[in-house]
Amino acid sequence: MGHLLSIIVDHLLTILIFLPIVGAIVLLLMDKENHSAIRRVAFVFSLAEFILSLPLFFWFDPNFVGMQFTESAGWIPEYGISYHLGIDGISLLLVLLTTFLTVLCILSSWSAITVRVKEYMISFLFLETGMVGALVALDLVLFYVFWEVMLIPMYLLIGVWGDPKRRIYAAIKFFIYTMAGSVLMLVAILALYFINLEATEIRTFDVLELYKTAIPIRTQYWLFAAFAVAFAIKVPMFPFHTWLPDAHTEAPTAGSVILAGVLLKMGTYGFIRFAMPLFPNAAMTFLPLICVLAIIGIIYGAMVSMMQADLKRLVAFSSVSHLGYVMLGMFALNMQGVEGSVYQMLNHGVSTGSLFLLVGMIYERRHTRMIADFGGLSKVMPVFAAIFMIVTLSSIGLPGTNGFVGEFLILLGAFRAKTAYGVAAATGVILGAAYMLWMFQRVMFGEIKNPENMKLKDLNTREIATMVPMVLLIFVMGIYPKLFFTKMDVSVDQFIKGFKAKYEMKGEAPTPRVTSILSAGNARERVLPPSGTN
Amino acid sequence: MNMTVPQINFSVIAPELIITAFALAILLLGVFLPRAGRSDYLGYISLAGIVVAFLFTLPIMGASQYAFSRAIVADGFGVFLKVIFLIIAFLTVLISIGYARRVDIDFGEYYTLILFATVGMMLMAAGTSLVTIFLGLETMSISIYVLAGMMRGDGKSIESALKYFLLGAFATGFLLYGMALIYGSTGSLVLEEIAAHVKSKPELLRSPMIIIGIALLTIGFGFKVATVPFHMWTPDVYEGAPTSITAFMATGVKAAGFAGFIRVFFSALGPFQPDWIAIMWLLAVATMTVGNVVALAQTNIKRMLAYSSIAHAGYVLVAFVAGNELGTASILFYLLVYAFMNIGAFTVVILLGKREEENVLISDYAGIGFKYPLLAASMTIFLLSMAGIPPLGGFMGKFYIFSAAVKAEYYWLAVIGVLNSAISVYYYLRVTVLMYFREPEREISGLSFSPTAVLAVIVSIGGVLFMGIFPASVLAWAKRSIMGLM
Repeated sequence: MGHLLSIIVDHLLTILIFLPIVGAIVLLLMDKENHSAIRRVAFVFSLAEFILSLPLFFWFDPNFVGMQFTESAGWIPEYGISYHLGIDGISLLLVLLTTFLTVLCILSSWSAITVRVKEYMISFLFLETGMVGALVALDLVLFYVFWEVMLIPMYLLIGVWGDPKRRIYAAIKFFIYTMAGSVLMLVAILALYFINLEATEIRTFDVLELYKTAIPIRTQYWLFAAFAVAFAIKVPMFPFHTWLPDAHTEAPTAGSVILAGVLLKMGTYGFIRFAMPLFPNAAMTFLPLICVLAIIGIIYGAMVSMMQADLKRLVAFSSVSHLGYVMLGMFALNMQGVEGSVYQMLNHGVSTGSLFLLVGMIYERRHTRMIADFGGLSKVMPVFAAIFMIVTLSSIGLPGTNGFVGEFLILLGAFRAKTAYGVAAATGVILGAAYMLWMFQRVMFGEIKNPENMKLKDLNTREIATMVPMVLLIFVMGIYPKLFFTKMDVSVDQFIKGFKAKYEMKGEAPTPRVTSILSAGNARERVLPPSGTN
Repeated sequence: MNMTVPQINFSVIAPELIITAFALAILLLGVFLPRAGRSDYLGYISLAGIVVAFLFTLPIMGASQYAFSRAIVADGFGVFLKVIFLIIAFLTVLISIGYARRVDIDFGEYYTLILFATVGMMLMAAGTSLVTIFLGLETMSISIYVLAGMMRGDGKSIESALKYFLLGAFATGFLLYGMALIYGSTGSLVLEEIAAHVKSKPELLRSPMIIIGIALLTIGFGFKVATVPFHMWTPDVYEGAPTSITAFMATGVKAAGFAGFIRVFFSALGPFQPDWIAIMWLLAVATMTVGNVVALAQTNIKRMLAYSSIAHAGYVLVAFVAGNELGTASILFYLLVYAFMNIGAFTVVILLGKREEENVLISDYAGIGFKYPLLAASMTIFLLSMAGIPPLGGFMGKFYIFSAAVKAEYYWLAVIGVLNSAISVYYYLRVTVLMYFREPEREISGLSFSPTAVLAVIVSIGGVLFMGIFPASVLAWAKRSIMGLM
């Protein structure tokens, strides 16, 4: 027994990656007609996954510098590709968010998904494997594999169970956008590998090793650009955001929740784990551009949200705005900004996830998401209205809720970095309050104009059970943020220190080393093809 | 003048001899066995022959010995490719049993010709003399011309065979002329001697005769592996030929074409690399881009896979351009994984058809995702592997190819390659869109799955997954294989 426990402890991350696949295989063997059993099994696996992820939180040593729960094994030794896993305070919280949201998503799909339930649950569990894997992978190729693995199930979720009208368009658009970005990242990963190989003669894709590689500044520009485009599409940053409203609107509720809650965070996580620490000089050069784009995203997202007639589209565009804050805080590059940014990633998962869940609940009842079709719902659905209110306020960032903590820190960080960024971003807060409250007013208050809304049933027990954890989290994270900040303080501090230290190196190795292959230009003997490398 | 008796070493060509013997035996048995059910037996005998040949390939693995006056060699490169050809032939025969009966081409000659073609391919991979390579190429090509036109009652099949024959003969002319020019300028047919001769006489590097010879060889091989602009025959021939033969052509002929291509260009024409590499760069870009872009517009799945195979030849050319050790190893890796995924996809195409109803339109795939879940899931795996989605073998193949390009500092080539890969996702996904997201336009039912074809699908999935998840061992083998070549 003790032996088994020690195996579990040593391989906790591996178990977390592959447990959902085990669940998917179990589901595969089940009778496809027995929907209720399939739902239960999927739920049990997602719950087990969540419970198994909790020890990460409690056993995580907040004062330890570096990665924890690490595992390492050779995978493709020829290339130095390894199965290297580990988490720091940042990925810890995102992993927990993932396992937590997946449970709620499966609960929320209980009655919403009635066709092809088996395939749906299998896709969801596969998706969870991809998400957890991408968050804990410390090898660039391993990360890339999980990053791409996430695409297929999400594509199926949108395409098979999405809104019949435009689901195929949305699914393909989602896939192609993400794919186009990520293949460029693959080339950059390879280039990075060979630069490091040339400089150190160590074959490795291990990101912790590659952090140390000195990369000439001009080369950094190219590599950073390739990584940044891949991640910016995923975030999505203005102007790469156009796939998002379609994907969100057409996806089934749980798909939207996981898309907003976790998949978008993959982009921001990618910046904080890979793009910025690997290429700090390039990141500093591009910083003004990224901050301006983030601010445009904040304001543009909010303004477009205001004009939406469709509830889900409104929430989708609000994501563009919220993720703008995350990016701005990250690139403020001070403690407040980055911590706020990480916190806002979690907040957005919780509050936007909740909003999608709530919109899904009302959609299941009325089969419409048009704001104009509603009005006065607070009279017939008081519980729903109350929860909706709390979530709305959290999304706006009312003090006492989680949203406030994140936004406040980000704005603080932005002001410290450059006053103009702070001022500009702060206008987004006002706009955010405006579109959310206006929407709330139109949906919940006033007279019930539409007779169909008269006999709407309030939330049932399962739906309340889905929402209660969210509401609790909103308050816990709003009132006692220290619980989470203590976990990430050291990691964020390390991120900033590491970034600055490498930035100071200005792309040169501390000791003289061979100049890298990219900067060597045309110092080659053989005849160059028209590849335009120089 | 001294006459030397050519050194005869039969163990070097044992696999080829065994396959030839089995092919001849099948030809005779086909005459004497009663018609009913005989083709199945002939198929099983072919499988047995391939297995025996494989067993005789093992001893020459890792060896490096010449035979027949340096006309043929048993080296790592050749043996790796022989294994690929045997796997391809094995899978092709597996999918043919059942299918050949369905389309009424279950003659003894059918299996005989597949085996003869395989012998041709093996000679191309093992040949170290221009003549051996040419003989191998012709043995293969002539068998394939006949196989493509086997469905005598089908106009498209005959058109396919005639087109392939006419254009193929034309391309062979180019190839032979190119060989003649090179022989004329260097006085040798043996690849290594050609290179040595050029090295000893540097003025040959600017000899217009050799340069024209190289250009002609590029056209000849470019035709066989279907590079743009020598690809025009591909879609028509692939569409018209029996599907099992299409699979055989798309994988075997292409791999054999690359085998000869690499041998001749790296062993004999290595000193001219600066001359031909720029052309190869352009060919690679054109081949990938045209293949992928035109595939987007196809409505017939065989034509779509034809254009996709053109694009894949382009990816292989990327590694060809890279020219380093990693690039050549990645070509071997890619050809193997490509054999699995492409034959797998064509097998699904075969399985979705029945007598008088082949269902080769992409729209026929609508809704099969939930009607034939395992068939559709297999197709999805093969297509996603071709699109290069991890953790499937196709991803690892592309990973190695593009890393070879990056290593050789062909950054733009790698970028164009991966962007092409992103374009290709669209048409591969389109099939999955139909399979899973759409309702069937017309009912497809009453399919009977031939057990051997199902086995071929299972083997192919196994190959694709194994090479995707545990690629290290195969790549290490590929790297060992090319040691003598570079």
